[in-house]
Amino acid sequence: MSKIIKIISLIILNPIIIFGLYVIVHGHLTPGGGFQGGAIIAGATALILVVFENNIKLSRGLFSLFEFLGLTSFILMAFWGIVKNTFFYNFLTNSNGILGKTIVFGINQGYLNSGGVIPLMNLSVGIEVASGLSLIIILITRNL
Amino acid sequence: MVDNKKYNFRKFKIISLIILFIYLTFVIFLIHPFGEPKATKMDDYFIKNAQRQTGSNNVVSSIVFDYRGLDTLGEASVLFIAVMSISLILGEKKNT
Repeated sequence: MSKIIKIISLIILNPIIIFGLYVIVHGHLTPGGGFQGGAIIAGATALILVVFENNIKLSRGLFSLFEFLGLTSFILMAFWGIVKNTFFYNFLTNSNGILGKTIVFGINQGYLNSGGVIPLMNLSVGIEVASGLSLIIILITRNL
Repeated sequence: MVDNKKYNFRKFKIISLIILFIYLTFVIFLIHPFGEPKATKMDDYFIKNAQRQTGSNNVVSSIVFDYRGLDTLGEASVLFIAVMSISLILGEKKNT
């Protein structure tokens, strides 16, 4: 691609990734969540692959490691609920500790320190979706 | 053996089409009006209790990750299996 597209994409790449992380982290307060934010970050990978065609090599091992870590942390968090009560039990909510702020019913200002295990699951699913979709895009564009 | 060319199924097709058309026109009147779901018990429960029970403002997120967490686990594993199969098919190095 031409030099203009390269520089503009380098400028716009950081806001894309930061917006994806914002959507993932604020998944329990605003519309969005792990899947949507992960798809946004995978879009950044697609931009890199389109603009820097053969000049850049993205390693597949790191992406597969991150995908494995995301899915295993999600499953471990689900099974950790069995220790407390049941499968997928939200053991951190309303505990007034970490991620356990009690919120009032109705309209309130969004507290990032609430939601129990939901933000952690958002984060793990976001990592898994971002690395998985990036891996799919890398594998397909490499074999074109 | 019955010769298939002898029997023309055109009449049968037209009659079955007319029957299907009449059936579907009657089905239109059976659909409940848009925006008025019949069973609202579960929706009311989620709207009233989701914020208090899970502590997250986003009710959709609390349903996806807390009340219906098993479905999300299946969704994530479906994506994992898709990536695994694609890397099985396309993963080996290209002969150049």
